[in-house]
Amino acid sequence: MHEFLTGIFFWIAVGVCIIGMAVRFVRYFLGLNWQLDRVAYRAHPAAGIKGALRSIYKWLIPFGTRGWRTQPVMTAAFFGFHVSAVAVPLFLAGHNLFLESKIGFSLITLGPALADFLSWLAVGCGAFLILRRVVLPEVRILTTWNDYFIWFIALAPFVTGLVARYQVGSYGFWLNLHIFCGELLLIAIPFTKMSHVFLFFASRAQLGMDFGIKRGGMKGTKMAW
Amino acid sequence: MPEGTYCNKKPINTPEEVNFLLSDSSGTKYYEEMTRLDVDTELLVSTIEKTMKTRLKTWLEICAHCGMCADSCFLYQVNGKDPKQVPAYKIQSTLGEIVKRKGKVTNAFMRHAMEVAWAQCTCCNRCGMYCPHGIDTGIMFGYLRGLLYQQGFVPWELKIGAGMHRAYRAQMDVTDADFVETFEWMVEEYEDDYPGLTVPVDVEDADIFYTVNAREVKHYPEDLAEAAVLFHAAGENWTIASKGWEQTSLAMFAGDWAACKMQVESVYGAMERLKPKRMVGTECGHAHRATVIEGPYWAGRPDGRPPVESIHYVEWLAQALESGKLKIDPDKRIQEPVTLQDSCNYIRNHGLKKATRTIMQHIVAPGYFIEMSPNKEHNYCCGGGGGFNGIGVFRKQRNRALLTKRDQILATGAQLVIAPCHNCWDAIRDLEEEYEIGIRWSFLKPLIIKMLVVPDHMKPEE
Repeated sequence: MHEFLTGIFFWIAVGVCIIGMAVRFVRYFLGLNWQLDRVAYRAHPAAGIKGALRSIYKWLIPFGTRGWRTQPVMTAAFFGFHVSAVAVPLFLAGHNLFLESKIGFSLITLGPALADFLSWLAVGCGAFLILRRVVLPEVRILTTWNDYFIWFIALAPFVTGLVARYQVGSYGFWLNLHIFCGELLLIAIPFTKMSHVFLFFASRAQLGMDFGIKRGGMKGTKMAW
Repeated sequence: MPEGTYCNKKPINTPEEVNFLLSDSSGTKYYEEMTRLDVDTELLVSTIEKTMKTRLKTWLEICAHCGMCADSCFLYQVNGKDPKQVPAYKIQSTLGEIVKRKGKVTNAFMRHAMEVAWAQCTCCNRCGMYCPHGIDTGIMFGYLRGLLYQQGFVPWELKIGAGMHRAYRAQMDVTDADFVETFEWMVEEYEDDYPGLTVPVDVEDADIFYTVNAREVKHYPEDLAEAAVLFHAAGENWTIASKGWEQTSLAMFAGDWAACKMQVESVYGAMERLKPKRMVGTECGHAHRATVIEGPYWAGRPDGRPPVESIHYVEWLAQALESGKLKIDPDKRIQEPVTLQDSCNYIRNHGLKKATRTIMQHIVAPGYFIEMSPNKEHNYCCGGGGGFNGIGVFRKQRNRALLTKRDQILATGAQLVIAPCHNCWDAIRDLEEEYEIGIRWSFLKPLIIKMLVVPDHMKPEE
């Protein structure tokens, strides 16, 4: 089982994720329509790129936009979760050992204490955001079962990873389950709301171009939109 | 009943059809017939297939249901934080459902969607600035309005309004002859006070081609004369056009995209005929949005620009004051607490906040100008935008929507509100009538005229 999960299934998961998202990314931009979107993308590329980059950059910075600043608790939980959700899978020492063995290449790694902290942070912030979904009427009304399913596949690798890391029960079992959950997540990215992992950049770029070209960028406004 | 006599899917194209619909006072029969209007599912689906591209599809799909848009919406706030007023919910439960159910929706659903599209969203686009994914619900509501209009589910006044643009190329059944005659008549009225005042009509190669809001012709003709006085005082070489003079677009509020194209092409036609250096539009927000910001796309102009450089009145005025073309008597500047309404259509959606503030520096004595909070791009809608002001059947909801602006104004302590936008001006007038908070409201032109240093060539002979 372990061999299958770290062998062929690993490559399938990575392949589906990368190819799937590349297809979606390309299709997104090919599907933009200057006349229906009412944005002259091609006529003003410099203003468009400037707007797109500013929009992406500002929203990636914690408290970088007015939207983030007006809801500080949500923002803290949001970034707590997302920073961990990006950093832990990419920079965990164990993951990089695995990567090294697979492709002979690895990234910088997190120290063990920081890795533990970030993993717990992801779980804690995730739990808080789920609670927020249940408690706040303005979020509850939007919530569907699909939203909980997305949270499930997002948090499962963290929870199983932590159980394995503290060696509660059978290490082998939890490790395999952890790998399986992580791979499931990779496969889910192109086909579910998880696509925001990449499409966030596309959507933000589009609105940045809209404001950058048409709605004030060329009048000198330096909004983060 | 598939199609009613008053309420149906067919656009209005002639003055006779406009009058017929107007004869149904308050749209009583129109709305009664609407309860039996069929939904053309096939048309709905094929329109969505043709026009809903990746931007809108992705927005509907990736909305994280995080609710961060809730507080950005003044209608959510002013309606007791009703979760049904959360922007994401409003669009997911209308447009989102139509897409999900592949157009198989009922008459009752469409009438509900109409209420949400016109009475729960003013297309102010504020929520778009508060969404981490950059989802602009206001744009999606504009799209939904188009689908609803096509199916005949549109408020009575806006069906008529869009029809006016088709029949007259102007709202309020103002004809080309009415426009020129009214402008000339008003200028004559002011001529004694301002010798040499004229209104140049159809002059080619002028520096400025001036476009107006037909309401000025119908209800506020002094606004036309005031524009003439200020252009004259600034020594501008300007003209109006006898055709293509109307800048507004109720068709945009209605979602009648074909009429939007007809209307804006009439203005662009005048630009191409008269070849002015630039166009200046009157103090109107949606008119600027329709003709300058969105219009080029309806007309199929790939550069996204009108045929000649087109600016808002506040841009012209700010330039005229800065360059000294217009001079203000410092003693006559405003010396009472005054605030400024930022119009969504040209502040949030066209970045002109600096122009209006430059004007304030010139016309308000130091210490008297008080900003609203929030302001500039983050300002709230006046409460009557996107056609909301004019829809009788949603008047109750509109009056409630005015509370946000009322409270914003009260918090400034200002007695005078400057509103360089017809829609905002109306909403602020209505909120004073409704809630009596003791304020006055004004466009810029009459204020400037009162404090203008009249150049020698304009002084009446003794």
